[in-house]
Amino acid sequence: MITSTAELQELATKKREENEKNPREISSERSTPFYTKQRRIVLENEGLIDPDDIEDYIAHGGYMSLFRVLDEMSPKEVIEEVKISALRGRGGGGYPTGLKWESVSKVISEQKYIICNGDEGDPGAFMDRAVMESDPHRVLEGMAIAGYACGANKGYIYVRAEYPIAVEKLNRAIKQATKLGILGENIAHSGFSFNIEIRLGAGAFVCGEATALIASIEGGRGHPRQKPPHLSDHGLWGQPTVLNNVETLANITPIIKNGGAWFRAIGTECSSGTKVFALTGHIKNTGLVEVPMGTTLRELIFDIGGGVEDGRKFKAIQSGGPSGGCIPEHLLDLQVDYESLKSAGSIMGSGGLIVIDDSSNMVEIARYFMDFCRSESCGKCTPCRVGTTELTLLLDKFIKKEATKKDFELLKEMCKIVKSTSLCGLGQTAPNPVLSTIRYFEDEYLAGICDD
Amino acid sequence: MFLIIEQISYEGYYKMDIGADDRYNTLEKSMKKLSYEKNALIEVLHTAQETFGYLGIDTLKYIAKRLKLPYSKVYGVATFYNYFRLKPKGRHNVVVCLGTACYIKGSEKILENIERRYAIKAGETTSDEALSILTARCFGSCALAPVIVCDDVIKPKTTLESSTREIEEMMK
Repeated sequence: MITSTAELQELATKKREENEKNPREISSERSTPFYTKQRRIVLENEGLIDPDDIEDYIAHGGYMSLFRVLDEMSPKEVIEEVKISALRGRGGGGYPTGLKWESVSKVISEQKYIICNGDEGDPGAFMDRAVMESDPHRVLEGMAIAGYACGANKGYIYVRAEYPIAVEKLNRAIKQATKLGILGENIAHSGFSFNIEIRLGAGAFVCGEATALIASIEGGRGHPRQKPPHLSDHGLWGQPTVLNNVETLANITPIIKNGGAWFRAIGTECSSGTKVFALTGHIKNTGLVEVPMGTTLRELIFDIGGGVEDGRKFKAIQSGGPSGGCIPEHLLDLQVDYESLKSAGSIMGSGGLIVIDDSSNMVEIARYFMDFCRSESCGKCTPCRVGTTELTLLLDKFIKKEATKKDFELLKEMCKIVKSTSLCGLGQTAPNPVLSTIRYFEDEYLAGICDD
Repeated sequence: MFLIIEQISYEGYYKMDIGADDRYNTLEKSMKKLSYEKNALIEVLHTAQETFGYLGIDTLKYIAKRLKLPYSKVYGVATFYNYFRLKPKGRHNVVVCLGTACYIKGSEKILENIERRYAIKAGETTSDEALSILTARCFGSCALAPVIVCDDVIKPKTTLESSTREIEEMMK
């Protein structure tokens, strides 16, 4: 059992000495531009520590932030630090984390909850999987700090069942931390208790939406509900709840360690810190890259990603998954942050970046995403349930080159309706891939119209 | 255990010798561990699918009874989530990922090819119950796209040729 910071430091020193005796081999790939051009904060331990060994995490400074918070800081000071950092939710919404915590901390309630959203449903994104699998303790530490700040003593991690290794690593991490007394009752004699449980998802994209996720943890169908009441007042089992994405929580430890101002200095004016992207598709170097906010798409694709594979030509980059959009070549110098992606008709989303080369048809890609949303629509509200089906059928007409001019007008009109009248984020963002491809690749739609 | 059978047959739910089926014991144990909490339904369904390989109607009715939930609720939850299967799988199964990165790299053609070769559609099982073809939303292995999963082993960067080879290898 570890009961004080001194004991934690002692364990860290012991393990560090042990590690020095048997240094771990570091892949030579780490010196290639793919790695050297990155700035790793969330992924700082990825591949460098043993996720199955809590002592290795502690040797790398792990749980020091939690103990510092318990020793020296009041919940209010913790929230203040997070507010200074201007950290924004990394799940895609971009809501300021400090404000979220503050509103929950202000609610008076016997029971509050911290939920970690590990239901990474966006196809083409795997940032959270990497964090949960390679550095699970970082997520636990972030959750415990959030619990202390908001006055919650119970946390849930909602993980996709499709990520069995992440579940295994998190389970082991929780067991080890509980055994050392870092999680559990009265942590380090501070009077603060925090327990974490894992809940498995079961493959529903809509469960990434906050209220649907809560319905799923409660054991029901993942149906979203109308907001307000917001989660800060009425969340899990009707209690005040903080819901943060894995990557958001993984940023907490470094913020406490280095201070909010340090974090604020990284990135752009309105989006601070770094963002992890999953670079995939028709690109030479695929994988996870972490760069400061404000890095341009060109740097991401060509300097880090090594450009389009097989010598083909770049056509578009898709960000934000089925809720996002396609960004064409002339916008490659766009600095990536929440606002600029939005103005380009896409969204930050959870961070999947899929490079598309000139062999792909954009209408087919729009149809692919629409079909995804159609099948993932929970069916609760009509605009989303019926709208996504109708849109898929309309897009089919364009692909078969049987569409009319009227269909094109109808397509645009229907996108507007689905976007503005759907109940939750799934429907509200489902037309984005269509709208952004109409905006930048209209000629490919026109090519599908047969009456002139 | 005996009592349960009594209850179920009394209410005319179904007649089945549960006592002889060890798998129901496993399921019962896991429900007990979760103290028959109604909100642990999804956890119970996961265990049931792991134990039985799929969620049969009998299994769902049994769970409804034991958690004191309406059967409609259990059936509703089981059918809502993609991960739960209500039909048994074949002895071997291949899952083709249709996530965005895999799709862009031609996973649809790979799927079509496999479907044609074994003359069944995705979600179906061959008549000799040797092979099921399934699809998935994303395995989060997008850097290795396109991937197929043969009996829980991820096969990276597959092609039309390599996918059929991997499946034949698996079925040996």
